[in-house]
Order: sequence, then structure tokens, then C-alpha cells
Amino acid sequence: MNQKNSNFDEHHVLHELKHYLPAQAPLKDFIHHNTLHAFQQYKFYDGLRNASEMLGYKVSLSLKEYRDLYISNRIKNNIIERTIIQHKGKENLELWKDKLLNKEYHRAELPRIGSVRSNWKKQYKIDLDSLVHPILFRILCSYLDQGISIWSFPSSNLDFFDHIKEMEKNSMSSFFRSKKARQLFQHSACTITELLDILVGDESLYNQYLFDQQFAHQGWSGMVSAVEDFPETLLDAKKISLQSLIRLELLLEIDSLDSYFGNKWRPLGNLLFDKPLALFEYIPSSEISDVMTIWQDAFEWSYYDEVLAGIQMSHAETAVSQHKSFQGLFCIDDRECSFRRYIERFDPNCETYGTPGFFGVEFFFQPENGKYYTKVCPAPVTPKYLIKEFESTFKLEKDIHFTKHSHSLHSGWLISQSIGFWSAFRLMLNVFKPSTTPAGASSFKHMDKHSILTIENKNLEDKENHLQIGFTIDEMVIRVEGVLKSIGLVKDFAPIVYTVGHGSSSVNNPHYAAYDCGACSGRAGSVNGRVFSTMANHPEVRSILKTRGIIIPESTQFIGGLHDTTRDDIVFYDEHILNAENLAVHQKNIYTFEQALDKNAKERSRRFMSIDTKQEAKKIHEEIRTRSVTLFEPRPELNHATNALCIIGRRSLSKRIFLDRRSFMNSYDYKVDPDGKYLLNILKAAAPVCGGINLEYYFSRVDNQKLGAGTKLPHNVMGLIGVANGIDGDLRPGLPSQMIEVHDPVRLLMIVEQFHEVVLKTIQISPETYEWFINEWVHLVTVNPETKELHEFKDGAFVPYIPLTNQLDTVKDLSVLLESTQENFPVYLINN
Amino acid sequence: MTNFIQLFILLPILGFAISLFIPEKNENFISRLAYVFVGSHFLISVSFFIYWLIHGHQTLNLKDIVIYKSKEYEFYIDFCYDKITAAYLLVGSFLTFLVTVYSRYYMHREVGYKRFFNTILFFYIGYNVTVISGNFETLFIGWEILGISSFLLIAFYRERYLPVKNAVKVFSIYRIGDVGLILAMWASHHLWHENITFLKLSNYELVHEHLVNHTMIGVFISLTILITAAAKSAQLPFSSWLPRAMEGPTPSSAIFYGSLSVHLGVFLLMRTFPFWDHQLSIRILIGLLGLTTSVIASGIARVQSSVKSQIAYASIAQIGLIFIEVSLGFENLALFHFAGNAFLRTYQLLVSPSVVSYLIREQFYTFTPRIRSVEDYMPAKIKNTLYILCLKEWNLDSFMYRVFWYPFKKLGRTLDFLTVKRLIIFFVPTYLVSFFCYYHRDLIPHSIEHYLPIIFSFIGLVMVIKAFTERRKAIMSWVLVIMNHFWVALAISFNENFQINETFLYLSGIVVAGFFGYLALHRVRKLEGGIDLDQFHGHAYKHTKIAFIFLMCCLGVSGFPITPTFIGEDLIFSHIHENQMLLAFFVALSTIIDGIAIIRIYARIFMGPHVKSIYEMAYRSS
Repeated sequence: MNQKNSNFDEHHVLHELKHYLPAQAPLKDFIHHNTLHAFQQYKFYDGLRNASEMLGYKVSLSLKEYRDLYISNRIKNNIIERTIIQHKGKENLELWKDKLLNKEYHRAELPRIGSVRSNWKKQYKIDLDSLVHPILFRILCSYLDQGISIWSFPSSNLDFFDHIKEMEKNSMSSFFRSKKARQLFQHSACTITELLDILVGDESLYNQYLFDQQFAHQGWSGMVSAVEDFPETLLDAKKISLQSLIRLELLLEIDSLDSYFGNKWRPLGNLLFDKPLALFEYIPSSEISDVMTIWQDAFEWSYYDEVLAGIQMSHAETAVSQHKSFQGLFCIDDRECSFRRYIERFDPNCETYGTPGFFGVEFFFQPENGKYYTKVCPAPVTPKYLIKEFESTFKLEKDIHFTKHSHSLHSGWLISQSIGFWSAFRLMLNVFKPSTTPAGASSFKHMDKHSILTIENKNLEDKENHLQIGFTIDEMVIRVEGVLKSIGLVKDFAPIVYTVGHGSSSVNNPHYAAYDCGACSGRAGSVNGRVFSTMANHPEVRSILKTRGIIIPESTQFIGGLHDTTRDDIVFYDEHILNAENLAVHQKNIYTFEQALDKNAKERSRRFMSIDTKQEAKKIHEEIRTRSVTLFEPRPELNHATNALCIIGRRSLSKRIFLDRRSFMNSYDYKVDPDGKYLLNILKAAAPVCGGINLEYYFSRVDNQKLGAGTKLPHNVMGLIGVANGIDGDLRPGLPSQMIEVHDPVRLLMIVEQFHEVVLKTIQISPETYEWFINEWVHLVTVNPETKELHEFKDGAFVPYIPLTNQLDTVKDLSVLLESTQENFPVYLINN
Repeated sequence: MTNFIQLFILLPILGFAISLFIPEKNENFISRLAYVFVGSHFLISVSFFIYWLIHGHQTLNLKDIVIYKSKEYEFYIDFCYDKITAAYLLVGSFLTFLVTVYSRYYMHREVGYKRFFNTILFFYIGYNVTVISGNFETLFIGWEILGISSFLLIAFYRERYLPVKNAVKVFSIYRIGDVGLILAMWASHHLWHENITFLKLSNYELVHEHLVNHTMIGVFISLTILITAAAKSAQLPFSSWLPRAMEGPTPSSAIFYGSLSVHLGVFLLMRTFPFWDHQLSIRILIGLLGLTTSVIASGIARVQSSVKSQIAYASIAQIGLIFIEVSLGFENLALFHFAGNAFLRTYQLLVSPSVVSYLIREQFYTFTPRIRSVEDYMPAKIKNTLYILCLKEWNLDSFMYRVFWYPFKKLGRTLDFLTVKRLIIFFVPTYLVSFFCYYHRDLIPHSIEHYLPIIFSFIGLVMVIKAFTERRKAIMSWVLVIMNHFWVALAISFNENFQINETFLYLSGIVVAGFFGYLALHRVRKLEGGIDLDQFHGHAYKHTKIAFIFLMCCLGVSGFPITPTFIGEDLIFSHIHENQMLLAFFVALSTIIDGIAIIRIYARIFMGPHVKSIYEMAYRSS
């Protein structure tokens, strides 16, 4: 952006502001994304450095943390040396190593943001923020409120700004303290430029003034900007724009100055003698930024190197026995990584696959009696289809404690003296014997197991609000074929193929949507699994698939399911369609799943203080289930914490490596896709979804205060759309500390099992996907499917990579290992 | 049996003392200790209650320890156990126990895990002392502990701006309540000529006989009690502090501001009920206050769009109703209402994060675009007017600032010419001369001598106002606070024959704490450079120990019951005559501002975002 141009262009600034502000949607639609998406046009480290100096973010671990990691050998010496040589040349190795390990650096300079507006305090001794923020946040929150208040903001069809104007006009009280501001509000156009003329006066400062102002409460500004762009994200729709927020805020600032100083203040620009640096002037690298870059690279490659060595060293047969017991399709989610490992262990004849958890079927879902449609596919996709639920037996459960009557005077009088004592009892139960309450969020509530879905469309006229109800046969074929070919499951079908989506359960957790399936826009994947299975079971679909080379035997049946990642429970849908033979197999498989889930719970439990991992798996599993309904458990599960990898390839590539639940896994068979057609689709989804998750964790971890939400313990729910600290605080986008504390901030390493020439061609096709790799926000390495040679993507080309790690330990008994420590594990080879 | 009562206080004290010495890393030990102590406290409370109930449930009174005694003054600790105590004790220990268990896991891995349990136990001492106190003096000890532990809990996240700012805000309102209590104690000394126990207050003939001749004092005492109760229970005009206190971890907000702390104003009213029982005007006043508060607060509650502030205002409204119940003499109903309200609000706050998934789901299935509320039947103009007023909390928050603090700030600014040097040049000779005069009283004309106490206390007041408004030099502010006490001591010495040992008692704590506090500030300045009072510095971030020492000094100087100064403070008031309203007013005022000025120094220097770690601190607005 060009700030030297002193002609102030309102629309341009608004556009820029919206680009830089946090893009998090309201809580119910929480979707992971790259927190610093605005800097993605730069190379990773350039983007970070600029974000840091401009906006004051901390963008890496601290020097001390890196050095501690080095001491504990988590950052390896040979990797550091290699990294230094890569960056600084062999001749400077000792010099830079000394800088990395010993030199003291001080960072004292203030970030650029805030430097213009801070002059109010310097020159006038007035703290505008503390005068304006409380009332501004209050008005915003009440206006956007989705259902907390009993007496909601008087409604109208006007935009936020005009609406308040209308209210003020017809009222004896006012949000303003001074007459001048009130008159200005009522009798002038109040454009941003006009108000800035009064407040700042110097046009060359306007841009930065607005940035300073909005970044003083980036939470609310970001929310307003998100609602402006996606008004449908609010169930109770509101008309608001960043522009109207800024206009009101400028007015409130004028009001505060007036009520403090009367006429005795002059515009800020008149008092500023030396102008601050332009906010977005490019910041070149410095010694300290180079030091941090080398440390971060060394930290990442210390781990990657082991993984890549593991891939080369491990050996697993590419196909399991001829008699497959079943095949299971799971989400690529890193939480399914260990679950799949255990399933395979308890049933060596099964095969598991990974694919984004919406199973290639994109649609809106409307549960019975639901007043709205829920999108259940990746966020950027806008589906044209609608699936409706019928014959649901779910009842909306109520909890008297959330009733608004308890807040009114007379019924509150009765309730506090009656229900109040019930609360005491409930509290006691919840503390000593936690159990499911209507207050909790549960993935199994997403859809009734026994309901009926409108999956097939037989009449194209069958539409609702421009959405086609169900899919036609041809549309089904395209989707089923797409998924099966992309994961390489085109022959040798087992009698049962499971499509298992995932979701989560938690209570007292405003961020519940972040725990569900990211590929389903923060919802559970149960409907998708069921829809996909039904499509794949459809005889007409199968007959067309046959013509396209996918022959699914008649005896093969698809079954949808849902894995609750918090409770480690699983349910299956439409089991009644199974033929007698398959039903028997299914019963046996259920036992396999149960065993795997117990073990999976045990593996997860090593991170939880309240559970003793040495106990028997069944017992631990019970405790894990209790955790999900416990009011005082801020960590029902750890979600994507520690994610670091995304493996795109056949299962055999990673089957014999212990990756400690750190990998997304997308199945892919290079043989089915020689020209990279399906790979492109996989990467198009995996780069932004997995990369987004990874980077959100990364930034929330390195700067939990400014880029994350801080600790969740004092959080207060604001208008059902966000959380803040206390009642006057700004919204806190990002992840709370409880979600990221065990996370190692490393970028995602994507490992693709395909010839690098094919991969190179593929990624170059889509510019927005290519940006992730060329700007290094995600690492990319290919594994030659025949020779296992590695190639790293660097500056637009693939170069050979040879791991430094030449030995990895082999683990025989996983439980012994799991009981040993809470910390992250190195890579092990598995032998069982 | 009566002696058993002490256990209710000794147990938390012991738990608190041990908890201070547990290493910070040992989460399990810390929480288990709290669990055991609070748990056994709960068990004992229940068993004691049952035993007491079976054995005739008579009011028990225990005169515990006499701490200080002179010929016309006796300071002693007294405990009382009756129905009111029983209710508060049971509800309090039940909720504290549950919240302790709750927090064991909830607070896991939180920086300040230990600090949290320390503060909870400390609060618990204060709560118990308050509810089983048998006289004003004992109650006051508990009251002070509650104030300071509330401050520490609200500012639990001391590295952020808003919690610290709000903690200071709440503390200053509590301070108004404290002084109401001091004045009530002062007046009742003169009314009864003793430290009267609550038990004696329930003797109708005695109370009646004293009040007949001293109606004004009776009204005065009742009013000060009412102010204290209103401040603590967030009634008008103090209400806006309660939602702002919701800055700590949710469970602490739930028990303190949702339930226990906020109902103590009601407790005070019930405790002193026999005293104002027959003052009809006071009863009407209490009822009206409760009524106005409940109407205004429920209006504000209706427009709140954040969960915690909604619960806070709804709770204030209910407490307003309890005030009415108390004023009408419905003691049992009030107790019942208190318990129910406390349980309900605690639970509501504890499940408040669930509101998102619950209401969104409800809305998903049942949303109708516009639910009509009662207000829709009003004319638009009135509706808008009321809505805006409620959203602005009827300007209560700025009202507190404008009416109470702004005048002092303005006054303080006129004293900007003062510097440390000038102060000392003024202070030392003046004080020496005055001190000399004290020993040669015969030199002073009698007509002047009469005014000297007022003049001296006024000088003290000016000093403390300056300390309160000082924006630059922290150390000067600290020195001014100390000097204030010297002036007060001098003023009282002139007032009547204040024994030199009494002066010593009063100043001993102040001198020691003042000296170490000075050293602590000096040390921070040396290590970190300039420490002005214009912003928060957050030096506790790096200098935890100095921060702790300075906090202790602050407590010492502000007359907290850890030094003899505490008794001295009470003693000083006993030497102010009942007809010396102005003197009492000056001394009381300087005590209020003194406490706030001290906490302000502590907060500004040691709390808030650390000035030197800009890249690791939260946004100011968050």
C-alpha cells in the first residue's frame, strides 16, 4: 500500500483495513485460518518480520525457548549447522553459531502501529481509548447480540450508523456527552473524511490514524468486518459495516475531546512535529531477524528430518492380504492418525484411508425443525444442494439455568428461592459426578441416528431457496468417483466400507465449533458420511461407475459413521441395510473399533494430568468420556495441538512410523493419478485447510496474547458471537492458551508420494495454492514412489533432500512408551 | 461448645499459612491442601450447625482475646453464632468447598495457580471472620481482609490493563464502605462507651435507652452502616462495580461476586437490625434504596449482551429485593432468598461459557425474528431514552468518578508545585515546631489550641490528596502517605491526652512498613529507571519478590490487621469527640484516600502490562 500519496482515499483504506484485520467469524462458525493471512503475499519470514514490526506481534518463540530446545536436543546440532551453512555460507558457521547460542539481543523499539494516535496521550494527557472503548464496545455488542439480552437493541432496517442516529433523534438521552458531537451527528453527513478533518486535520496522517484506531480494538473491528462480508453468519441478521463503525468511533472521539476540553483543542495533526514512519514501509531483515529465522528453520527441520528418514527407513507392504475384512474412510484430521493405527493393529486385514471429512459431498443440511441451513463442507465452497432431515426423534433439551426469566425482577425472585436450591444440588452433582447436561455440545446431536435424509433428487424442480434438494444420479457419480479415485480405492473392495466422519463433545466451551470437523465448516461429519455411503450404495451409481472403471462388487456395502474425537465413541448409521453376512462381519468390526478406541483414549490420556495413563485402557476410556461432560475441564481434548505434517500418499508410506498424532493423512495413489489431476484437488483443499489449522496454532502459540485468545478461564461470552475478558474488554479472536500450550510452533510439512515433476506441474496450475508453497507458508517434499528419493520444494524448483538422521529407534510395545512421558516424542519405527 | 467457634477461623488461617510455603510447581499439593481445609471446614460447619440446632439453637457469644486495653478503651475479638451466622457460614463453606474442587482442575497449568488458592484461602479467612464476628471491631478485621483479597482476585491477571484498572476501581468503592464502618464504630464508641457486642445490641431496652437521648447519633450510625452495606452489596449508587469485578477466572467471579462477597452488605444490615429496628426513617430509607436499586438494576440487566454482566445486574436486583425484605423485618425470608440467590448465581456463572452452544442451538430450532419484549408497548421516545440509559448503566460508572474522585483530582492538581525537597523543607520544621509545642502546651493560647487538631488533620488530608493525585513521582507519593499519618497522630495528640505509647502503637507499624516500602520503591527505581504514576509499569512481571514485600508494606501502612497500627487507627477515632464532626470527617476522609493512594501506587508500579515487554503483552483493550 502506498502511503506517500497524501490524497486520502476512504474506500482504499477501508479495503486495506479489512484485509489486515482478524478474519475470524462468530463463534458458531469458528474455522481455522492463517492468522496472518494478510501477509501471505510475502515469503514466510519476510511476512512475519513485517507483521511483527508493523503491528507489534510476537512471531516466533523467544530466543531463550529456542536455546532451551537446543539444550534438550529437540533442536539438533547437525541441523543447526546445516541451516547456518544454507543461510550464511560455510565460512560464517562459527560466527553465526555463536550469535545463535550466546549473543544477547535487546528489542526495545515500539511497533509502528499506534504511533500517531498515541499523541493524544502525549500532547493532551487524555486517554481516549478508556473514554471511548467501553461505550463503543457496549453499543456494538448490543447491536450484534444474537440472543443474550432480554431487551434487545431496538430493531430497524437501517444500517448501524443510521439506526443509532434514528434512535438518538427520538430520545431524551444520548450516547454522547457533548452538545457539539450530538449536533454533528444529527446535522452533518459525518463522512470519515469530514470527521478526520476535525480530529486529525493533516491528510497525510489519516490512513495511519484509522489503522491505529482500529487496531486498538482489532477484535471488534475484525468481527464487524467479518459480519459485513458474510452477513449470513449471524442467525439474527444485522446490517453493519466497518465504515459505520469507524464513523461512530470518530464521533465518539470528538465527543470525548469536547466534553473534556470544550473548544480548547486543536486537531492532532497540528501538534505533530515529526511524523512517524509510514506504517507499511517494507522492513528489511536485520541480524536478530536472521538469527530467529535460522533457529526456526533448525527447529522445524530437526523434526522433519526424522520423519523423512523414517519414511525412507520403514518398510510396509503396499497391500494387505487378499481377504480384506473391511475398509474405512476417515477424515484427514491429525486426530484420526492414532485411531487408524490401532484399528489396523487389531485387525491386520483391514485397510484405512484418509480424505477430507466432508467426503466430497458439499451441501447445506437442515435438521428437522431447524430454522436454518447449516453448511457442511469446506468454508470457501458455496454448495448448491440441500439435504433435509425427517422423522427425527430429537427433542430440544432445556436447562432452567439459561432461562431469561431468572434475570427479571419478579420471576427472578421466585426462581432464586426455588431453583436456587436446585442449582446447589446440580452444582454438587456436576462437581462430584459429572454427567451429560443440555448445556453441553455433542457431535451426536448433529443428526438423529434414525432419521431419514433427502439424499436423492428425482425432480430438478425440487428446490428450496434456490437450493436443489438432494443430488441426481449423475451428480452422485461424479462425487463418489472423485473421492474413490483421489484416495486410490478403485479395486479390491472389502465387504464393508465405512465412511466415518468426526465431531466432538464438550461443555463450557465457547470454542466448541473449532473442535469439530474443519472440512465440514466446524460441524460434525456424520451427515456427510451417511450421504456418501448412500450414494455409493446406489445401484444406478454403481452401474455408471462400472463404465468408468470402478467396479464395486454387489456384496460390498458402504456404511456411514461418526467418530467423536473427544469421547472416543463411534456410531454407525443405516446399519439395517446390511445383508446378513455383512451384519455378522460388522458386529465383529465393532469389536475391533471398540478396542481401538480404548487404546486411542489411552494414547491421548498421556497428555492429561487428571488421568493416570498406566491404568487399563477401558478404565481410562471411561475417564476420557467423563472429561467431555465435566464443567471444570478446560481441555476436553487437545484438538489439533502438535500438528506438523500432512502426508499425501499410500498408507504404506507411513504405516510403520510412530508419528505421535502429529500428521494429517490424505490417501493418494500415484498409479491411479499419473497426471496429477486428483492431486491438484487434494492440494487445493489440503493447503488452505491443513495449512490454515497449522498456522492458526502456530501464531496462537507464539503470541497467545495478541494473536491468540489468552487463557480461557476469565472469558466472558459477548452476544454469543465472541469472547472477551471481563465486561469491557475487546473480543479475543484466535485460540485460547489451553488449546495450544503443548503445541510446537512449526510449519506444516507436506509430504507427497508422487514423482516431483508431476507435483511441480500440478501446483503451478492454481496460483492461490501455489502461493502457499512458493512463499513457504507450508513446506513441500515429494517422495519418489518407486525409489523413495526425497525432493524438497525450494524457490520454485524441487531439489534433492538427503536426511541427516541415519538411525531411528524401533518401538515394540507402544504402551510402555506412552506411559513414559507427557512430552512430544521423536519419530519411532513401529514393529508389530 | 462456644469455644468451638474459634475453629471456624483457625482452620482457614492455618490452611492459608501452610499454603504460602508450598512450592509453586506443586499444583497437586496446593489444591489438595485447600481441599482438605475447606472440606473439613464445611463438615465442621454442618455438624456444628446440627448440634447447635438440637441443643436449643440459642445465640452464642464468645469473648475471645483482649488485644489492647487501657483505662477507658478495650479492644477485643468477639465471636457470635446465631441463625444469621449459621446461614452465611453454611452457604459460604458449601460454595467455597465446591468451587475449590472445581478450581483444582480448572486452574491446571495457569500461571498463578498457587496465588489463586492463596487468595481464595485468604478470602475465606475474611469471610469467616466477618460472619462469625461478635462486634464491630472483629467484623472490621474480616471486612478489611475481604477488601484486599477481592482486589487481588480481580487483578489476578495482573499483566493485563483492564483487570488492574477495575481492581483499583472496586477497591476504592470498598474503601468508602470501610470508612462508613470506621465512622459507625467511632460513633458507637461514643454512644455506648464501650466496644459493644452484637449480642448486646439485641437487647431492646438497652438500645432504646441509649437512643432516646442520642437520636442524631443513632441516625448517623445507621446511615454509615447503610452506606457500608450498599457499597458491599453493589446497591445504588455503587452498583457499577459488580460487573466490573468479573475479571478473574470464572470460578472466583462466581463465588465472590456472584454470591458470597456481594451478599455481605445484607449480612451487615441483618446483624445490626436490632439497632435500627425502631428507626422508622432508616427502615424506609433501606426499603426505598432496595426498591430503586432493584428497578434500575433489572432494567440494566435486561439490556446486557454479555453473560456475566447480565448475571451481575440480575443479582444486584435480587439483592435490592433482599434489602426490602430486611427492612420489613422478614429475616427468615431474607436469609432464604440470600441462599437461593447465591446458589443460583454461582451456578449460572459457572455454566456461563455453555451459553453459546445452548442458546445457539435453541435459536437454531426456535428462532422467531423479533420477540416482543415488554418495552415494545412504550412510546418510541421513552423506549429509546430508557434503552440508552440502561445501556449506559444510568451513567453510574462515570457518576462514581465525577462525584467522588474527580474533585480530589482537581484539588490535587493545584498542588503540583510540591516536590520532595519542598515537602521536606516544609514538613520537618513545621512538624518539629508542632512537636515542641505538644510538650509545652502552656505556650499556646487556648483559643488556638482548640483549632490545632483540625488544622493538623487538614494538612494531613492535603498531603494524602496530593499523594492520590501525584502523576510523576511514586516515591514522593509514598512519602506523602506516610506523612499523613504523622499529621493525624499529631492532630489527635493535641485533641486530648493521647498517651505517647498510643502514638507509638499507631505509628510503629507505619514507620516500619513505610521504611521498607520506601526501600522497595527505591530498589525498583534503581533497577528499572523512572517510575512515574502516569501509567502501569507491571514490574511484578520481573520482580515478584519486591512486589510481594511492597504489598506487605502497603498493608502495613494502610492499617491492615497485620501491624499494631490497626488497633491504633481504631484508638485514634476513640479520641475524637462526638461533637468534632469536622475532625472526624477529615480523619476519615484521609483514611479512605490514604488506602486508595497506596493501592494505586502498588497497582501502577507493580501491576498492569509490563512496560518493557511490549511484544509479549496483551492489548490494552483486551
